[in-house]
Amino acid sequence: MDTFVPDDSTTASLLPLPPATFHILLAVADQDRHGYAIIHEVAARTDGAMTLSAGTLYRSIQRMVELDLIEETAERPAPDLDDERRRYYRITAFGREVARAEAQRLQTLVRIARTCGLAPRTA
Amino acid sequence: MIGLWRLLLHLLPASLREAHGAEMTAMLRHDLGRARGAGALVVFVTASVDLVWNAAVAHVEATALDLRDVWRSARRAPGFATSVVVVTAIGVGAATAAFSLADHVLLRPLPFAAPEALVKLWQDQTSRGYSRMELSPGNFEDWRAQSSAFQSMSAYAAGSANAMTPAGPLRLDTAQVSTTLFDTLGVRAALGRTLLAADDAAVATPPVVLSDHVWRSTFAASPGVLGTTVSLNGTAHVVVGVMPAWFEFPTRDVDLWLPLRFVPDDLTDRANVYLRVVARLRPGVTIAQARADLNVVAAGLARTFPEANAQTGATVVALRDEVPRQSRTMLLALAGASVAVLLIACANLASLFLARSVARQRELAVRLAMGARPRRLARQVLTESLALAAAGGGLGAVLAIAIVPAAAALVPTALPVAEAPEADLRMLGLAALATLATGFGFGLVPAWRIARAAGGALRHGARVFGTRGTERLRGLFVASEVAATVVLLVTVGLFLKALWQVQEIDPGFDPRGVVTARTTLPLPTYEAVAARGRFYQQVLDEVRATPGVESAAYTSFLPMVMGGGIWPVLLPGTTVPEDARAASVRFVTPGYFATMRVPLLRGRDVADTDRQDAQYVAIVSRSFAELYWPGQDPLGRHFSTALQERMVVGVVGDVRVRGLERESEPQVYLPAPQVPDGGLAFYMPKDLVVRVSTSPASIVPAVRAAVMRADPQQPLSDVQLMTDVVERQMASRSTQLSVLAAFAGVALLLALVGIHSLLAYVVAARTQEIGVRMALGATRGQVLGLVARRAAWLAAFGVAAGVVVAYATSRSVQALLVGISAADAGTYLAAVTAAVVTTLLGSAWPAWRATQVDPVAAMRAE
Repeated sequence: MDTFVPDDSTTASLLPLPPATFHILLAVADQDRHGYAIIHEVAARTDGAMTLSAGTLYRSIQRMVELDLIEETAERPAPDLDDERRRYYRITAFGREVARAEAQRLQTLVRIARTCGLAPRTA
Repeated sequence: MIGLWRLLLHLLPASLREAHGAEMTAMLRHDLGRARGAGALVVFVTASVDLVWNAAVAHVEATALDLRDVWRSARRAPGFATSVVVVTAIGVGAATAAFSLADHVLLRPLPFAAPEALVKLWQDQTSRGYSRMELSPGNFEDWRAQSSAFQSMSAYAAGSANAMTPAGPLRLDTAQVSTTLFDTLGVRAALGRTLLAADDAAVATPPVVLSDHVWRSTFAASPGVLGTTVSLNGTAHVVVGVMPAWFEFPTRDVDLWLPLRFVPDDLTDRANVYLRVVARLRPGVTIAQARADLNVVAAGLARTFPEANAQTGATVVALRDEVPRQSRTMLLALAGASVAVLLIACANLASLFLARSVARQRELAVRLAMGARPRRLARQVLTESLALAAAGGGLGAVLAIAIVPAAAALVPTALPVAEAPEADLRMLGLAALATLATGFGFGLVPAWRIARAAGGALRHGARVFGTRGTERLRGLFVASEVAATVVLLVTVGLFLKALWQVQEIDPGFDPRGVVTARTTLPLPTYEAVAARGRFYQQVLDEVRATPGVESAAYTSFLPMVMGGGIWPVLLPGTTVPEDARAASVRFVTPGYFATMRVPLLRGRDVADTDRQDAQYVAIVSRSFAELYWPGQDPLGRHFSTALQERMVVGVVGDVRVRGLERESEPQVYLPAPQVPDGGLAFYMPKDLVVRVSTSPASIVPAVRAAVMRADPQQPLSDVQLMTDVVERQMASRSTQLSVLAAFAGVALLLALVGIHSLLAYVVAARTQEIGVRMALGATRGQVLGLVARRAAWLAAFGVAAGVVVAYATSRSVQALLVGISAADAGTYLAAVTAAVVTTLLGSAWPAWRATQVDPVAAMRAE
């Protein structure tokens, strides 16, 4: 943790989220993951459409930690599965709130697109 | 490859690198391990490019975050931010303006091709007190023909001409120049051509080259002007070219360039020295070699023409160095003053920032407790100071651009450069440099202290800033502000005294109520003395008849406007050393002394009866009489000057012909008609002086009408008040003084702010201590003494250091002080008093606050 959490980083001020940030939030939403695992998870979920580079990943992680969207967790997996260089990240309550708000925002967008006939009726 | 990668990792912000560098390296190792052959290289290059890109983005993001913090805290404490910006603007503005001027005058290359090879040549007659004398045409031609050190050598002389232009009759300033001048300088015309060697031939319509401003103001900037003729002194000249606007040689006011021609007589009279010479050194020739070469030539001429050339050598100086020593000293003094102001500003700002860091102690502690790194906080503090400095610096650059033209009076006219430097990249670069210096100057100290407070201590509630240590450091800043202020005040005081001294100098005439104007009569129309006499008589009669005019007269040159016009004095049997036998010669009409209120001490004024066919007479100044006939009656004595023998018929008071601050040759006044027809055309009376009892401006139309009636083709120029002429003598001093005074005022104000904020801080930080003391029985007087002692120490240290530095500084500008001692006690006393009063003023409020501390409340807070 490096910077004082800015007092006005409310949910609204963070939207729209950069795609990388949103994907990382989604990747750690269900379980704690380390960096390399996040890259794999994002690639798998998007069928390879989104491949995070190491630089983008860690820059995003750094910023997300500063913004209190995710946090580093002290809990580690079983020693035989662990690599001590790895750091594990978990979504925070605030992160979850922001992710939800972003999903809501996207949903609204899709609904508007649908009324304009620009998106299929069923998701 | 991994080694290179680890190096690249250093591009990342430290926090990112430390948190994730190892993982990123592990990830790269993993990817490399899975790649085959050339694939590994692709993986490495891709990862490296990604790393560099993300490092850049991360830095931008961090800076943006810092800047947002700066903006927030500036909004929270607008007073602090505003004072930082304003103080920076003043410091940067002053420094940039002063250095731009100094750079413009002293450093920047002249706007000519290969300017370093350009030199000015003078005759060196040091034995007679002149190391820089103009050349005679004969000597110039011989120097040019016999020396081998120069690629080219060109002469020029200033003149003026009556021009008939589309805009009516005009008086224009001309430069008669060797046709090689433009080649020597390496300049081309903006339109048409410059003068060529072929223009040396005598032709019916000689060529003329126009300056840009005449072309624009008088010829409507028409390209069709080429090939048209313009009448100059009654002779048609054909316009062959227009020079670029920046070309201002030899002076800024030259309107046109004409070919310089000599008639055979010019070449024989080697005492007639009026040519200035500029030359271009041959490649590889040094100034010393050129001087040696010319001295050989001069020695030869001294043998051939011993009368005019005895003991005459050559002076060679770089054209760039044609800056009077006084201008140089003044500019350096200004630069010094601006550095002092900049330093005071920095000290003040550093002190402000330090105090602010203490005020933010709690915030810093919270941040550190939450895991922020000292380095990151230091970076933030530095970003804040740099951002505020940048805002102040921008404002300062604007300030500098506004100030510089106002200080243009400090740019010597002897230099062929523009009046004032234009705002350009160089100037902005200077401003940026000053800003950066300021930003680091006041940001580094607090940042360094934070960074040094490596985590531990602070996290446990200790302070980054020991109150005592900070006080000491700030005390040092404030004391140095006081010192710099004393230096500036002393300098200003000395300059002020010098100005008073110069103002006190009696010019020898009374300039109040005198209007002057110039009518330079063209030749050959007015070659005959009688023709000139008729013109003068008609103009003077009409002007004298104008209501409100007390008297009027004509003279060759106004004092202080023209310092030259010196003739040797021949007096058989005199014991006056030959070098001193020179006089400032003027032809005047009757009434000149009355008009100028030059006291007539003995004998009579020139009279209408002093005609061409009468006894040639002279009125001499008191110093002339005392020099040649000490203790004797000068009336009726004879001497020769200006080609004729003259008899002394009157003695008048001495006039400061060469200017208020210079010694002048003794003066000789001759009746206007007593000169052979066509002789001494240069001395032909041209300056009209009119003493009025009404508003001087109101009679100018009458004068203009009188000249118009006497000769409709004759322009009237240089209309001015004699008081302005005298005041111009002090213009550069006044400008110097106001600039320095502004600097000193700013310094005083900054010092006041610095002292006040330090003491206010001390009182605030010691409220509890003061409360305890008061509870234990300390009186208000004792508490007051606590603060006052502190202020007294600051003042004492500052003043002591300031006086020492001020003395050293004043010694270096002694040349500008017209005899005022650099150790002038009164000035030092005044400066020290001002500094002490400032300290007292600055400490008054904090001291009062200290006495108002409520012991109970203060101890409850404990």
